[in-house]
Amino acid sequence: MTTTLAPVRVAARGPRHELRAVKVVWLRELIRFRTDRGRIISSFAQPLLFLFVLGKGLGASIGAGTFGGIDYSTFLFPGVLATSVMFTAVFSAISLVWDRELGFLREMLVAPVSRTSIVLGKALGGATVATLQALVLLVLAGTVGVPYDPLMLGAVVVLLFVVAFAITSLGLLVAVRAQQIQTVMPRVQLLLAPLMFLSGAFFPVTGALPAWLHGLALVNPVTYGVDAVRRVVLHAVDGGPAAAAEVALRWGSWTVPVWLDVVVVAGVGGLLLAVSAWLFSRPE
Amino acid sequence: MPLTALGTRSGEVGVDRAPAVAVRGLVKTFPGGGKRPDVEAVRGIDLDVPAGELFGFLGPNGAGKSTTIKILCTLVRPTGGSAQVAGFDVVAQKDDVRRHIGLVFQETTLDGHLTAEQNLRFHAEIYGMAPADVAPRTAAVLDMVGLGDRRSAVVNTFSGGMKRRLEIARGLMHSPRVLFLDEPTIGLDPESRAGLWDYVDRLRAEEDITVFLTTHYMDEAERCDRIAIVDGGRIGALGSPAELKASIGHDRVRVATADDDAAEALVRERLGVETTRERGALVVLTPDGEQFVPRLFELGLTVRSVSVTRPSLDDVFLAYTGARLADRQAAAGPRAGRR
Repeated sequence: MTTTLAPVRVAARGPRHELRAVKVVWLRELIRFRTDRGRIISSFAQPLLFLFVLGKGLGASIGAGTFGGIDYSTFLFPGVLATSVMFTAVFSAISLVWDRELGFLREMLVAPVSRTSIVLGKALGGATVATLQALVLLVLAGTVGVPYDPLMLGAVVVLLFVVAFAITSLGLLVAVRAQQIQTVMPRVQLLLAPLMFLSGAFFPVTGALPAWLHGLALVNPVTYGVDAVRRVVLHAVDGGPAAAAEVALRWGSWTVPVWLDVVVVAGVGGLLLAVSAWLFSRPE
Repeated sequence: MPLTALGTRSGEVGVDRAPAVAVRGLVKTFPGGGKRPDVEAVRGIDLDVPAGELFGFLGPNGAGKSTTIKILCTLVRPTGGSAQVAGFDVVAQKDDVRRHIGLVFQETTLDGHLTAEQNLRFHAEIYGMAPADVAPRTAAVLDMVGLGDRRSAVVNTFSGGMKRRLEIARGLMHSPRVLFLDEPTIGLDPESRAGLWDYVDRLRAEEDITVFLTTHYMDEAERCDRIAIVDGGRIGALGSPAELKASIGHDRVRVATADDDAAEALVRERLGVETTRERGALVVLTPDGEQFVPRLFELGLTVRSVSVTRPSLDDVFLAYTGARLADRQAAAGPRAGRR
C-alpha cells in the first residue's frame, strides 16, 4: 500500500481562522454532551427535587401570601431553571481541567490560534449545553402553573443562555490555571452554593430580608439573572404581572428594569471571560 | 537568514536550505520558589538540525530534553538564547512555528470520547486548514497509518498502538516541516513499534520532513542520522551513531580461560594492559580488538572462548552520562519540565 500525501495549505492567522477555532471548540462541547447520557440524566435530579419536593412541600406550609399571590412552586420555577443552568454550565467549564489532565488541552495549546478563541469556544459551548439542558426542564412548566407561551419561552431561553454564559465564564476563571480536578471541585462547590442561595431563586430578595442578606443578594450577579427570568415567566402567568411587580428586584425604591438585569449578567460574564482569557494566555 | 551559514555543513542533507531547527545558547531556568533553589533545566544548548534529517535527542530523565522540546514547540519560553524552528523564532513567531510543526508526545493528547475522524477534524479546523483539503487529507493520513477502516470508531476503544498511530496521523494533518516525536514508542509492543517505524520511514521517503526524536531505545537511536546526547542541561556529544561509537575508542575483548587468575597476571605483565573480571572471564578494553586477539593467543593460554564487541550506543550513552540508555525507570523521579 502506498499513499502519497499531497501537502496541504494552512491559513495564516486571521479573524476567519480564529472564528473556525471558536466554532470547533464549541462543537466539541456539544458532541461530548450528546455522547454523555449519564451526565444528561443525572443533572436532572437536583432541579426536580427543588421543583417538586421543595416547591410543593414548602409551598404547602407557607401558603401563597409571600409571593405576590401566586403559588410557591410557580414562583420557584424560574429560580430552578436559572440554578440548574448554573450547575451544568460550571461543570462544562471545569472540563477544561479534565482536558489538561487527560492531555487534550495540549492539542489546543500548541495550535496556531489565540488562547482567547479557545476560552471563548469553551464559554459558548458550556452556555449552549446548559441551555439545551434547561429546555427539558421547560417542558415541566405546565406542572407548576406556567403556560406554554412561545414568546415567553423564547425569551427565557435567551436569558438562560446569558446566565449560563456568565457562569461558564466564572467556571473558566477557576479552571484556566488549575492543574488537577480534585483541587477545582471543592472550590467550585464553595462558589456555587452561596451564589445559588443568595440569588433569590428560593425566596424573594425584595421584602423583609435582613439587611446583610439583602446586600449580599444585590452584589450577586446571579440575582439579576433570576430576576429577569422570573419576571418574564410571571408575565405569562394568570395574576403573574402583579406578582412580578411585587417581587421585582429594587435598588432602593427603584425597580431594576429587565434589560438592566441582562446588562449586569452579560457584563459580569464578559468581564470574567476577559480575565480568564488573559490568565490563560500568560505563559506558564 | 544569518543562521543558514552556521546551520549546515557541507556534505550534509539540505545544504541549500535553512536548518529545520537552529538553537543558540539556549537557557531555561525555572524559579524555585520559597526556599527551593532555581532549577537550571537547560544550561546553554547549541544545535543545528538540517532539513530532512532524522535527529535523535537522547539523555537521562531530568537532562533537559523535555524542556528543550517544549521550548522548540513554543510551549515554554526560554530564559536566554534563541531557537528557530522551520526558519521561525519560537518566541517572536510562535504561530508560524506552530503551523509548521507536528507533535506526538509520550502522553496521549487525543480526545478519547471523539471518533478518530472527529479528532482529525478538530485538528484541521483549529489549524485553519483549507476546507477543501480537510476530507482528502483526513482519508490519506488515516490510510497511511492503517486506520482507514476505524475512522468512525471512538478513540477510547483503540489499543495503545492504534492511538499512537492516530496521533502521528494527526501530527501530519497540516503538512508540518518538522515532526517532533517524544518517546513515540513508549509502552508499545514490539510489533506496534516496528509498524510505527515503517510509517516514519515511509513518511520520510514521501514528504519533505525533518523528524526530531527522543527515545530510550537503542535500536531507535541507531536509526538516526545524527544523535545529540544531553546531560545536565548541556549537549555532551553530537554526531552520527558511527562517529559517536568511534569516539569511545575501544573494542571490548572478553576471554574465558582455564585459569583466569593466572591468565590475568600474564596478560597484565606481558601485554601491559588493564583487565577487569566479569562472570568467569577477563575483559580488556583496547582500540583494536581484532589485532589484540592474536597477541593473546601468543601467550599460550588455554582459551575456552573469546569475543570482540564493538562499542554500542549504549556504551556511548554510558560514557557521556553515566547512565544506561534503557535504564529509564531507575532514574525516574518527578519528570523534569512537567509542572
